[in-house]
Amino acid sequence: MRKQEKVDKTIVVPGDLLSDDAAKAAEGTYTENGKVYSLIYGLADEREKIRVIPLSGKYLPTIGDVVIGMVSDISFSNWKVDINSPYEALMHISEYPRRIESSEMAKIMRVGDLAIFKVVDVDQSMKIELAPREGQLRVLQSGRVVEISYTKVPRVIGRAGSMISLLKDKLDVNIFVGKNGRIWINGNAADEELAIKAIKRIEKEAHTSGLTDRITKFLEEEKHGVYEKR
Amino acid sequence: MEFMKNGKRIDDRLPNELRPIKFEVGALERADGSCYVEHGGNKVIAAVYGPRAVHPRHLQEANRAIIRYRYNMASFSVEERKRPGPDRRSVEISKVSREAIDPVIIKEFYPRSTIDIFVEILQADAGTRSAGINAASVALADAGVPMRGLISSCAVGKVDETVVLDLVKEEDNYGQADMPIAMDVRTGEVTLLQMDGHLTLDEFEQALELGKIGCASIAEMQREALIQKYRGEENE
Repeated sequence: MRKQEKVDKTIVVPGDLLSDDAAKAAEGTYTENGKVYSLIYGLADEREKIRVIPLSGKYLPTIGDVVIGMVSDISFSNWKVDINSPYEALMHISEYPRRIESSEMAKIMRVGDLAIFKVVDVDQSMKIELAPREGQLRVLQSGRVVEISYTKVPRVIGRAGSMISLLKDKLDVNIFVGKNGRIWINGNAADEELAIKAIKRIEKEAHTSGLTDRITKFLEEEKHGVYEKR
Repeated sequence: MEFMKNGKRIDDRLPNELRPIKFEVGALERADGSCYVEHGGNKVIAAVYGPRAVHPRHLQEANRAIIRYRYNMASFSVEERKRPGPDRRSVEISKVSREAIDPVIIKEFYPRSTIDIFVEILQADAGTRSAGINAASVALADAGVPMRGLISSCAVGKVDETVVLDLVKEEDNYGQADMPIAMDVRTGEVTLLQMDGHLTLDEFEQALELGKIGCASIAEMQREALIQKYRGEENE
């Protein structure tokens, strides 16, 4: 049996009392009669302010998020884009760096194409507008995209990008993580496979501590396995 | 029919004792949230999908999510085959169950969307709507839906002039009264209260108190089940 992993944050459920100080309430909480309660099922993070980190749920975009979207439809002047959220997003033809005609839209992005976008607007009714990231549209032509719960994205990135650097360091792949839980992996085919395995494992064990060490070990073991087979 | 013997009920429980209850969080792979519940002889599974786009579109609300709740009994859930599909009873239970859960959900976070809750009764033994609500509430939390609290539910009733908690089928069918209750235990807000049969005002008050105690025990089990989902994985 593996040694018991310690939980560094407490698991809470909706309605759990978190604090008597309403000023400490942050995301994932609500206040009632000056007390702070959990709004969702997740991990309570009590440094400075109290917030609850969700363990599950649907991605809701915020302005500035960089996401990987899939074109689901083309209308007269917009690409409709699925961003792994309950709401469909739109990228207007005018957001494309160059002036183009409506008839040319399918040449740039067809239905089913994946690309990296930036969320430029989200309004009250959850109408979402996208633009190419950094002014240049990046349509993903090679590599693979995996989908995980958006709640696990910070774990895949790691503290100050430690987890992502680890993956890039050990494997011959380039990795791009979208805020919406879609991850693009591009590189050597065998390493792509391994990166996906590692990411799936990170997703599954996201709530445990000592994960970076375990992933390091996992990658080393798997790498050796791959070489032996060759 | 004689229900009470030496202060014990037909299944050897005390009047204020619940049946054995088991929660399993995340029983379904494909649903956004799910929960399987065994409550005495009841076997119930709840699945939650959403928030997601509303179909048909005319049902959507511009500023909030809508909640849809479907309670359904499997044809094999009762002794005599139940004709499949919605009937008067299941449509009513779907409605009251939705209204029991609805008040705690923060619907304003998800405009133009729907949260769909499916409750399937695989085996019935009195108190299926309560078991369904308990399962649905846990499944909603599992799906990451923002809620002010968990809703807990149980039934109280009267057999042989005694107020009892959590009736079994015989007590429900041949007893004097059956009263399902659902509530948010923390706030004490009662979100469902129905009654079949007769209770005096005193008995009603006594029953309500007993029901609240029952709900409180169930709330603790729901909470424990959710916490256990992640604890369990760590101790592999």
